[in-house]
Amino acid sequence: MSGSREKIVVEPERYEFSAGPMHHFELLRRDFFKLLGAGIAVFTMAKESGAMQETAPARGFHAEELPKEINAWLHIGEDGSVTAFTGKVEIGQNIRTSLAQTVADELRVPFESVRMVTADTALTPFDFGTVGSRSTPTMTPQLRRVAAAARDLLVEVAAKEWNVPAEGLKAADAKVTDPVSGRSLRYAELALGKTLAQNLPAEDPVTPATEWTVAGKSIPKADARSFVTGKHHYTPDLRPAGLLYGKVLRPPSFDATITSYDEAAAKAMAGVVVVRDGDFVGAAAPSEREAQKALDAIQVKWKETPQISNREIFSYLKKNAAATSEDRFRKQNGSMEGGLAQAAHRLDTTHTISFIAHAPLEPRAAVAQWAGGKLMVWTGTQRPFAVRDELAMVFHVPESNVRVIVPDTGSAYGGKHTSDAALEAARLARAAGRPVRVFWTREEEFSWAYFRPAGVIEIKSGIASDGKLTAWEFHNYNSGMSAIETPYVVANRRIEFHPVPFNMRQGSYRGLAATANVFARETHMDTVARAAQIDPLEFRLKNISDPRLRAVFEAGAKTFGWPRKKTQEGQGFGVGGGTEKGGFVATFAEIAVDRASRAVRVVRVVNAYECGAIVNPDGLLNQVVGAIIQGMGGALFEAIEFENGRITNPHFAQYRVPRFRDVPEIEAVLLDRKDIASAGAGETPMLGIAPAIGNAIFDATGVRLNGLPLAPNGVKT
Amino acid sequence: MPIELEVNGKRYPVHYDPDTPLLFVLRDELGLTGSKYGCGEGQCGACTVLIGGAPRRSCQIPVSAAAAKPITTIEGLEKDGRLHPVQQAFLDAGAFQCAYCTPGMIMSGVGLLQSNPNPSSAEIVQFLQGNVCRCGTHPRIIDAIHQAAKAMQEHGR
Repeated sequence: MSGSREKIVVEPERYEFSAGPMHHFELLRRDFFKLLGAGIAVFTMAKESGAMQETAPARGFHAEELPKEINAWLHIGEDGSVTAFTGKVEIGQNIRTSLAQTVADELRVPFESVRMVTADTALTPFDFGTVGSRSTPTMTPQLRRVAAAARDLLVEVAAKEWNVPAEGLKAADAKVTDPVSGRSLRYAELALGKTLAQNLPAEDPVTPATEWTVAGKSIPKADARSFVTGKHHYTPDLRPAGLLYGKVLRPPSFDATITSYDEAAAKAMAGVVVVRDGDFVGAAAPSEREAQKALDAIQVKWKETPQISNREIFSYLKKNAAATSEDRFRKQNGSMEGGLAQAAHRLDTTHTISFIAHAPLEPRAAVAQWAGGKLMVWTGTQRPFAVRDELAMVFHVPESNVRVIVPDTGSAYGGKHTSDAALEAARLARAAGRPVRVFWTREEEFSWAYFRPAGVIEIKSGIASDGKLTAWEFHNYNSGMSAIETPYVVANRRIEFHPVPFNMRQGSYRGLAATANVFARETHMDTVARAAQIDPLEFRLKNISDPRLRAVFEAGAKTFGWPRKKTQEGQGFGVGGGTEKGGFVATFAEIAVDRASRAVRVVRVVNAYECGAIVNPDGLLNQVVGAIIQGMGGALFEAIEFENGRITNPHFAQYRVPRFRDVPEIEAVLLDRKDIASAGAGETPMLGIAPAIGNAIFDATGVRLNGLPLAPNGVKT
Repeated sequence: MPIELEVNGKRYPVHYDPDTPLLFVLRDELGLTGSKYGCGEGQCGACTVLIGGAPRRSCQIPVSAAAAKPITTIEGLEKDGRLHPVQQAFLDAGAFQCAYCTPGMIMSGVGLLQSNPNPSSAEIVQFLQGNVCRCGTHPRIIDAIHQAAKAMQEHGR
């Protein structure tokens, strides 16, 4: 454990799990070539200045061969194939494709010749996790640098073969060419018969976005055919020889403990392995049904504790806010009193945010296998290295004895940062002496995963008669700090986050607390604008200084046709937007409220988004449209209900998610800023939809809805 | 005598209990893991297969009740290395993100086009209402089914 490195702070968000200890990998140079065949391997070192680099000292590597702080590597085979390695995971965000594009672009090879090896703790560089929209801004430059270093090396190898200076040689189309003589050597020819490994410093600059040839293009999802044929193996599809199916006995409520236990009947069943370890009880059997039957046969009594329900959660959060906590966040500029004194209009609002579930369609799953004290786990997680460390810690084995592999996963949305299923499968596999799969049911996924935190947000503001903000006070109780600071210009402001100790598992969610904070802020802004009789868009533009935020509001307004005149009863138009994680979003919505049922139908959405230079326009479009559809659920109807430590709506029949009939006409407006480094797009495009819908409901009905979800049962007057 | 299933033109003896849902037999006993578990409650459509040509939720049907008719799963659509037009259309439209719902969407789409070769968007939405996509790829899925309908009519399939 190196104490010299700074803790990696991915973002100011307490629910984004903080970085674990330092790591290493065990891949030896000879293993590297054994695994990939002869050829040329290039390793690059992190630049010391990078505060955000996701690296690890290479302790396991031969020290003389590989310096510390290796952060990326790739291999060029004798057939010219390129294999690049990343600790990132593919969870539907299309990172496998966009990173391969980046490598192909910088190495000057066709996209098809690049294969990405992802998220295997034995093969890929340490990675903090696929979280916080970090993959594009951190991994893209790392892979560009290693590809650029490899390209330079290929040029040097060619120069040596020809006995000419490397300067003047050109790398393009997977070959090195000497423009003087006209001769050329393909990368495959340069790699032939070599086992050349080079450690190179990561050099800037790399190819600017204006000169990209493979990146910046709409290249289809890598391996797409294996997904439409059902051949791709997600974690629960893996069936190693001798596989047993594991089930875990869930307590009747959160924090319940065992008071009496009798497993005799279960143990008597043929082929069944039963494990009790503290309050963990599980069984493994040749089929899932047999494992379930074994659990059903266990006589167990639990001690339960009374707990609050979703009906009391908001008053609980207000009453129980921690007075002191290291997670508490406070920021003050100017004087609220002075700012309010200058105001022509003042407004106080309170907003509530319900717990919601990620509900990835692939529930948590893991397959674990022990052999000779070594543990191998396949699992759908966003943090393979953290899962490896937790497994090592829990089972008291060295990290080097644990290998975690993440098959491309059936989505996560911030919900798969933990190692739950991996720990359960590994515990059962150790007892069984055979590989065990644990695959949570939908009910388990809804009940025992973690939730997007509930919260209460209080806002106080003042505006002058010219429509400029003079004062802004913002308090968030429990839901988190992401995007807590206002992007609008206001001299007098006070912003606080109040953590609340609470026993329900809460954690990251796509967009984190930004979905809550932007909803509250943009709802409040709309309310102020209406009270002051200023057009809501005009009011925002008056108070924006950031040209990138202005640009998305203006671009979205143009496509949407803002302002629009209502042409029928129940129709309404709304806008909301903001910025987080280097992305800028403005969302415009048209809704219709049914006269009889008061149900809200979203008719049309325009989502304008800018995240620097676009790596894959079609992939980005998929994310930006998908964020709107998924965001509509949290905006309109999703909410976890609970009572006495039980989730009371743990099924799709009770917990409504967006379906085909809910989907409006959606137009994405993508602003491509080739002059700005690419930022992520998995989260921020989601931020504007909830306030845009809420503000449109007000426009349609005059009813101001300040809580999420807005209208699970229609708009009540 | 074990139950026998006909899946993708092949006959398989089944040793699991006759009341086991078809999905678990397909996935865990026969190794046909293309059909997905998403909820086990008939609420998400990820497990959709064709039974006697009609799209059905395999998590809701006991294997004993599925034995009488031929079953087609996602693995059975490709013929001689050629994708079914619905598979091809999903590929062409990029109609997936994590793609975990994709096999169920494709099987539902195949089932729809068998009974309604030229559906309107509203009919597609109605038919796929029981299929959940959590990534929000719905508009492309609708486009893909329109494209597949067109391709199947042009090629008389």
